[in-house]
Amino acid sequence: MIRFLLKGILRDKQRSLLPVIIVIIGVMLTVFMFCWLKGVLNDSVELNANFNAGHVKIMTAAYSRNVDQMPNDLALIGVDTLMVKLNNEFPEMKWGQRIHFGGLIDAPDSRGETRTQGPAMGFGIDLLSGDRSETERFNLDKSIRRGRLPVHSGEILLSEEFSRKLKVNPGDTVTLIGSTMNGSMAMYNYNVCGTIVFGTGPMDQGSVIADIKDVRNALDMNNAAGEIVGYLPGNYYDEEKINQIVTRFNKLFPSSKDDYAPVMLTLRQQNSLGNMIDQIKAVGAFAVFIFVLSMSLVLWNAGLLGGLRRYTEFGARLAIGEDYSHIYKTMIYESVLIGIIGSLIGTTIGIILSLYMQNHGLDLGSMMKNATILMPAVFHARITTAAFFIGFIPGLISTVVGTALSGIGIYKRKTAQLFKELEA
Amino acid sequence: MKKLVIPVFMLCVSLNAQNPSAKEIIEKVDKNMSADSRVFTSKMIIHNPRNTRTVESKSWNIGEKKAYTEYLSPAREQGTKMLKLEDQLWIFSPETDRIIQISGHMLRQSVMGSDLSYEDMMEDPHLLNHYTGKIDGEEKIDDRTCWIITLTANTADMAYQMQKVWIDKDRYIPLKKELYAKSGVLLKRMELSDIKQIQGRWYPEKMLFKDVLKEGEGTEFNIEEINFNVAIPDYIFSKASLKK
Repeated sequence: MIRFLLKGILRDKQRSLLPVIIVIIGVMLTVFMFCWLKGVLNDSVELNANFNAGHVKIMTAAYSRNVDQMPNDLALIGVDTLMVKLNNEFPEMKWGQRIHFGGLIDAPDSRGETRTQGPAMGFGIDLLSGDRSETERFNLDKSIRRGRLPVHSGEILLSEEFSRKLKVNPGDTVTLIGSTMNGSMAMYNYNVCGTIVFGTGPMDQGSVIADIKDVRNALDMNNAAGEIVGYLPGNYYDEEKINQIVTRFNKLFPSSKDDYAPVMLTLRQQNSLGNMIDQIKAVGAFAVFIFVLSMSLVLWNAGLLGGLRRYTEFGARLAIGEDYSHIYKTMIYESVLIGIIGSLIGTTIGIILSLYMQNHGLDLGSMMKNATILMPAVFHARITTAAFFIGFIPGLISTVVGTALSGIGIYKRKTAQLFKELEA
Repeated sequence: MKKLVIPVFMLCVSLNAQNPSAKEIIEKVDKNMSADSRVFTSKMIIHNPRNTRTVESKSWNIGEKKAYTEYLSPAREQGTKMLKLEDQLWIFSPETDRIIQISGHMLRQSVMGSDLSYEDMMEDPHLLNHYTGKIDGEEKIDDRTCWIITLTANTADMAYQMQKVWIDKDRYIPLKKELYAKSGVLLKRMELSDIKQIQGRWYPEKMLFKDVLKEGEGTEFNIEEINFNVAIPDYIFSKASLKK
């Protein structure tokens, strides 16, 4: 019977084309919307993890309380020993030392006097040791706009917007004016080797990146680091695994009253990221629910209409002696087949569209120029396993339920009146 | 009656001598603490919560307007020079071979992470030129009787709009100071000790500064050597001298 029905659907375009098209469009939109929302959430979490929070971050207790002020006088000291301990105790994690600092970038004129100056937010990360983990986390290879990445000590990257504001080009020398770990004024010359575009508002306004050894020299932070960030393998944030890491860390470094003792915070515990993730997830889930629900109603309606459109056909079939339940069964089977065909095609198109958006993204940078929170300027879609199934909820279930409801009307037809109806 | 006039007059004169006005006290304090010019070497011991550092420097001042300081140690700071003319400050860093100018509120920032600001370190203000005093009472500090004088700034641009100063009645030297912002918030405390006779004046060789808004045990500012009213060549107070 299934083969017979399938042949009917494929050959009788008048009967199947419209319902299939409606299912395809509905499923495609559902899949794309789902992938898009997943992507937005993932981009935001990944950006914050890579640039700022890590999957876990180790700081001194005092630093963690004032982290927004980048208080390097409260930084971790003796980090070489700490890193050895972390690598031994947590070999599954990838660790990186960072110094986050504020200061002024001063560009001199030909006489060495201040020509222009601007406030900068700086990152000291490992760029020269040969380990490219931090380069990849900051996506520096793809972010370079002019010049190149630092390959020698004393080189610095400026955000493109900042370099244009200061009228500084690759090859120029600039002076970092900041504060040492001890609170003295720090002045340090850097050669600008390149400019970068991060694609996120606050970072593009005044960021500088240099190798951590240079930053240590500049800020008198020998064997010190403001933060040590840790990442799970594959750079995938797994909350359960992270909580296990924190438990092990807390056993290794029991909490004390020492303000300079190391403490570990998870991504969720930093900068209200936990709230942000929960809110985005909740809003995302709600949006997907509403969308799936509305698509279900549309497709249910399509199923209803399909059934009603064929009212006369069912009358004729009843008149020539076909059983009520047989007609109802074939209607349901037909709608299952239409749902499967539409959902398969809709899911495929939705996945293809999502794949394109996963690779290319949608640049909303111009709308986020004045954003003060760390949000990506380019939003990508993210294809997950669920994306391959989510479309079947409206595509298959709703279509079948709609058809099933409209089909109930078949049982209300009276055989005695059928010929009168047909004559009319 | 005539017999009474003379003793009463004598008593008044003597009482007046014992109870000078706030202005007279401040004038005498200025004579001790300020000079037309001075050259001194100092050792600044900075007690931060995590460490203690010592910074040595040599300074040249002419009045309130010109000041020049060169850092002698530690190695990281050696050769760093600062020139202050009026309310502008230039800092030379030998490592960068750059002269950077700072002004305005930056002058109220900490010097080398100490409890002193650039203004505290480089200015030698005559109190009488900037403040109006009022005697608020007396108190003993280490067995020395002091006047407590409240100084209120005459202009709005002073870093400390109000000062409460404990002045030794015998030597006309402050032994303790409290420095307040315009809002009335206490910003810093100072304790002055090791008072010595130097070139005909009383002068404290040790000053303990405590920025109350900052953690740590404060900064000791110890005078190693000081000379008052010496001739200082003009070229010292030029930007060219910073790079020499």
